[in-house]
Amino acid sequence: MSQFSLYAVISMLIFSIGLYGFIAHAHLVRKILAVNIMGSAIFLLLISAARRDPTAPPDPVPHAMVLTGIVVSVSFTAFALALTRRIYAETGQAYLPETEPAISAQKQDIVQK
Amino acid sequence: MLMDNLGTWIVWPILLPLIAIIPIFLLKRPGAANVSLVTAAAIVLAVAGLARQVLTNGEQSHAVGGWDAPLGIMLHADGLSVFMLMMTAIVGAITSIYAAGYRFQGGGDSGSSSGYFFWPLSMFLWAALNVLFLAADIFNLYIGLELLSLAAVALVTLERKRDATVAGMRYLLASFLGSLAYLLGVALLYTAFGTLDLELLGARIQPDLPTAVAIMLITLGTALKTALFPLHFWLPPAHGSAPTPVSALLSALVVKASFYLLLRLWFEVFPAALTPAIAQMLGLLGAVGILWGSFLALRQHKLKALVAFSTVAQVGYLFLLFPLASTSAGWGVDAWSGGVYHAFAHACAKAAMFMAAGTLAYAIGSDQLDRLAGTFQHYPFSVTALTLAGVSLMGLPPSGGFIGKWLLLNSALASGQWWFALVILTGSLLATGYVTMVLSHILLRPPDAAPIDPRNTNVSFTLEFAALLLALIALGLGLAATPMLALLRIGMPFTGY
Repeated sequence: MSQFSLYAVISMLIFSIGLYGFIAHAHLVRKILAVNIMGSAIFLLLISAARRDPTAPPDPVPHAMVLTGIVVSVSFTAFALALTRRIYAETGQAYLPETEPAISAQKQDIVQK
Repeated sequence: MLMDNLGTWIVWPILLPLIAIIPIFLLKRPGAANVSLVTAAAIVLAVAGLARQVLTNGEQSHAVGGWDAPLGIMLHADGLSVFMLMMTAIVGAITSIYAAGYRFQGGGDSGSSSGYFFWPLSMFLWAALNVLFLAADIFNLYIGLELLSLAAVALVTLERKRDATVAGMRYLLASFLGSLAYLLGVALLYTAFGTLDLELLGARIQPDLPTAVAIMLITLGTALKTALFPLHFWLPPAHGSAPTPVSALLSALVVKASFYLLLRLWFEVFPAALTPAIAQMLGLLGAVGILWGSFLALRQHKLKALVAFSTVAQVGYLFLLFPLASTSAGWGVDAWSGGVYHAFAHACAKAAMFMAAGTLAYAIGSDQLDRLAGTFQHYPFSVTALTLAGVSLMGLPPSGGFIGKWLLLNSALASGQWWFALVILTGSLLATGYVTMVLSHILLRPPDAAPIDPRNTNVSFTLEFAALLLALIALGLGLAATPMLALLRIGMPFTGY
């Protein structure tokens, strides 16, 4: 297995872990973290793709893409965190109402019974 | 040299809104509104200039700052790009007029702050849309998509209402997930074929496993952002709870941006790697979206929610294009231009409808359907706008919606895919149903059932005027079909036409 395919497989694994975290966790901060992990997996794939041939100089295009991707990712994270804070201020919890709290409320009922 | 640069119309639709954001941020309302309106007019002129250039000289390309690909950014304009730019310019400019007369609610520290932020954010949204429509490589399409979602979500949450904040968060997460799927697809395509350029990629692409995965990821990601059934869950709350000018921009333009992206990629990059089964699948989801969205629209009790569900249904039509437009067959051109024409007509009609709905909701202080009775006597222009926009959504002649649906219907019958023809007709029937339902609430109920709240009756005429103007454009698009379709043919991904 070449070095690149190792990185490619690992980045797909990390992406899947992030996707799992995004779906499995209801807490908004965890969702935002999960999205960041998915983004990092894509960046890893691009960075490793930039140097598939170790003897040749690295390809600058994926580097440029990763740099731009990081900027986008940071802006998203900042904005999503600000929105989370606003949701927390308005509802008292960092969950999206109607879906997750309804489930947790049901769980509490079951526990009480 | 200066004249050369002034002649490159292609950069101005992107530069103008970006330049305007600076003074708009520095000025307070109403200065911000005035700068925005002037900029909107300038963008309309720039798009008209570019359209003229493309009509006379054919497709235009431009390397930004003189840097060539792969590291530089290439802009490219063909008939489809110009068509989408025109759609954005018309809806964007008229929405700006509407927003100038609109009173945003709430707004945190100072009463006008939320209304004030509409201007820089909407310019940002406009710039992002124009970037997307002029991008010549798959990575810049991603950048456009991202800028667009950030601006769109910020606009949804403008009024600091709880519903809107929650809807905005859901929208942001769905949208970013879609973008990541798209970006992963881009990364896979780049590692496999070593280029980002749409044209080069289309020439190099091979049907193998990584490509299939990439196509799937890109299609899923953009379908999520276009709100294709069953990925539409985020759209109705976000579009329904946003301030009215924002709802208009989102429903009319933002969903079309990701659709445009899919259209470009499917017909110009992927054809060599596509199987008919995937196209049928997309068409099927579009068909279910039409029926499901219309059905839910019929069950709404609030006007803005109804209009938002109607967007889910109308977005479904766009996806019928994929199974119908086969690049090798004679009816492909009809289906492709029909879908794109439908996108344009829907943009105008839906924005007009949201504006009219927002005006009525503002006037009576609620958008409950059963409180709309008697509004026609006070706001005849808004109700007329609502009706005319409804005519286009139903697809009656001579509206723009008629041309789009007619072309789609033709190609469905010509290609023997009668089941899609059936869906198109049923969808029109259902649209007639929900538009009639709204109108019957307004016109047939006794007007004294809901007295108009006198505090709110000082609705600015600008609001009524903007909605009516846009609805008339949606109607008139049917009459302008010949030159518009000729424009679309420039650089069309079909051979022999």
